[in-house]
Amino acid sequence: MRAVSSWGRLDAPLHRVVVLNDPAKIKSLVSGGDSLGLAHGMGRSYGDACLNPEGILWLTTGLDHLIAFDGSTGRLTCEAGVLLRDIQRLVIPRGWILPVTPGTQLVTVGGAIANDVHGKNHHLLGSFGDHVQRIKLLRTNGEMIGCGPHTQPDWFAATVGGLGLTGIIVEAEIQLRRVASPWLQTETIPYGDLDEFFQLADGSEVDWEHTVSWIDCVSGNGNRGLFMRGNFSDSEQRPEPKKRQLVMPFVPPISLVNSLSLRPFNAAYYNLKKSKAGSAIVHYESFFYPLDNLLEWNRMYGPKGFFQYQSVVPREAGQDATRAMLGEIAKSGEGSFLAVLKTFGNRQPVGMMSFPRPGVTLALDFPNKSAKTLKLFERMDAIVREAGGRIYPAKDARMPRDLFEAGYPRLHEFLKYRDPGISSGLSRRLMGA
Amino acid sequence: MNNKQRIVIVGATSAIAEHCVRLWAQDQPVDLTLIGRDADRIKRVAADIGARSPEADIHVTQLDFLDTAAIQTAVDEIAKQQAVDIVLIAHGSLPEQDTCQNDLQACREALEINGISPLLFAEAFAKHMAKADSGTLVLVGSVAGDRGRKSNYVYGSAKGLVTRYAQGLQHRFAGTGVKVVLVKPGPTDTPMTAHLKAQGAKLASVEAIAKNIVDGVKRGQPVVYAPPKWRLIMLIIQHLPNFIFHKLNI
Repeated sequence: MRAVSSWGRLDAPLHRVVVLNDPAKIKSLVSGGDSLGLAHGMGRSYGDACLNPEGILWLTTGLDHLIAFDGSTGRLTCEAGVLLRDIQRLVIPRGWILPVTPGTQLVTVGGAIANDVHGKNHHLLGSFGDHVQRIKLLRTNGEMIGCGPHTQPDWFAATVGGLGLTGIIVEAEIQLRRVASPWLQTETIPYGDLDEFFQLADGSEVDWEHTVSWIDCVSGNGNRGLFMRGNFSDSEQRPEPKKRQLVMPFVPPISLVNSLSLRPFNAAYYNLKKSKAGSAIVHYESFFYPLDNLLEWNRMYGPKGFFQYQSVVPREAGQDATRAMLGEIAKSGEGSFLAVLKTFGNRQPVGMMSFPRPGVTLALDFPNKSAKTLKLFERMDAIVREAGGRIYPAKDARMPRDLFEAGYPRLHEFLKYRDPGISSGLSRRLMGA
Repeated sequence: MNNKQRIVIVGATSAIAEHCVRLWAQDQPVDLTLIGRDADRIKRVAADIGARSPEADIHVTQLDFLDTAAIQTAVDEIAKQQAVDIVLIAHGSLPEQDTCQNDLQACREALEINGISPLLFAEAFAKHMAKADSGTLVLVGSVAGDRGRKSNYVYGSAKGLVTRYAQGLQHRFAGTGVKVVLVKPGPTDTPMTAHLKAQGAKLASVEAIAKNIVDGVKRGQPVVYAPPKWRLIMLIIQHLPNFIFHKLNI
């Protein structure tokens, strides 16, 4: 047994870890046992979606082989443990790019599908699952299911965003999109309150592919922030920037993000960025994955770890709900400088359990202060519930079951596709098994 | 004839070898010959390299790694087409020390696949390289070959054989156009060490190891420790007097 933590480092439950690295042997390794297992890639889920305490974890990072890539059509077939980073670095020089990636590229293809991750271009290109053409899914009874948007679409809809609970994703085929340059033409625009944010977000949907904003959760005076938008340049060719890679070398005894550091840090960050606001040419790695330069940054929250709270609420209620949530956060004095506010486009997700939906999403880190933090989340839950929104399972370690059920109306349909040999901390907490 | 760099990999399904190939094939157009024991597993590697480097020519050979006649024929066949620039001999398997102590057949198999087999391949290629007076022969040894330890001395002695052999080959080819590089990786995150990883052992990333090897080969360094810190660690371990060494549980 080995202690394994998820990204939030809230605890380190014991698991029996089984390494998968030969596709020919997966079937014999995952079937036949009497304890339940769960596929585990890079462990970037924040809570218990990627954990299976006291059970088996099938480690998929050894399934890291490409199977085929057609440079004329942009169709990539690969094993499920391939990292998005490796795909990007390989295909971008050849004029292709993953259409949708999350805020870190240090995740596996299998994890990206299982959580149906989204990026900054949701309003144009949806989520990761929108670009998956085929999934090879292995059930623990040994059955291999090939599914896609047009073949066995029900299995596909259950598996995209299915949190790894429908089987083990062993292989996927993805349609990449054309890109001319690894550089983006970007703009950074400071905003002073939420109304301004929504105006910027709505006004950018047509002309800008990527939109996101950083929000100062403690400013109190109307929630200032920085709105960032970008488009891939169709001509810019510069030498690749030097890769800087730092590591957070140890876990500090207390969270570096705390009531003393948060306010000055946010003020400094806001003013620094404000002074440099305007247009800039930015490399895709620093635009999309700024935190990947600091490996193991999650250690900065100290030995007790941290939560992330990410919700999406429908647009009609969005403005008020967002204001109410930010009000609760500011009042509590909790939170972190890692705070993101973004609108989702008006499109339905592929997966039954996918998180993205039309509306506005707010994501914030919170150092774990036990009861105090959980109490704040309850107040935020009430706002999300009232607004008809939902919480992102990939980020969650604590949402109440009723909010999960209300937020994911297709849950009952989904449960029929679960693999009885698979279980996770999250599935036991929110689905009863 | 083509002007692509000609690279032969023995034990092509070894994770270290595979990552070296990825680096070589991304730098320049290559003509690759992948030799392995298991046809399906070599095909997986070939497909991966093909997808990463469409301009690479890839040939696949399946072989019994202890059959001297088959090795001779295969190597002669490969070498006669065109001079080989790099041969990387990377196969091996990590046996349980305990099994080797209790089962002589397992002990013998460990010695053969980690010690004898790489030498047979190296000797067969060395003849052709000597004739061409060019090429780099890369052998993968191990830090385990530097001093026998109770936790894995059977594996270690096979790797020790590779070390002495590489030394001899370097002596033989001194002053010629042929270079011999001996690589000594520390514990690395590969399928061979999956059972250690499952227990939570700290292992070096295979990408980093491959980078060390590829850089070392480019420089023609006689002995490449990967990562380089093992040079110092093993220097100390090799020189520890027995009265201290025998107290260590390593």
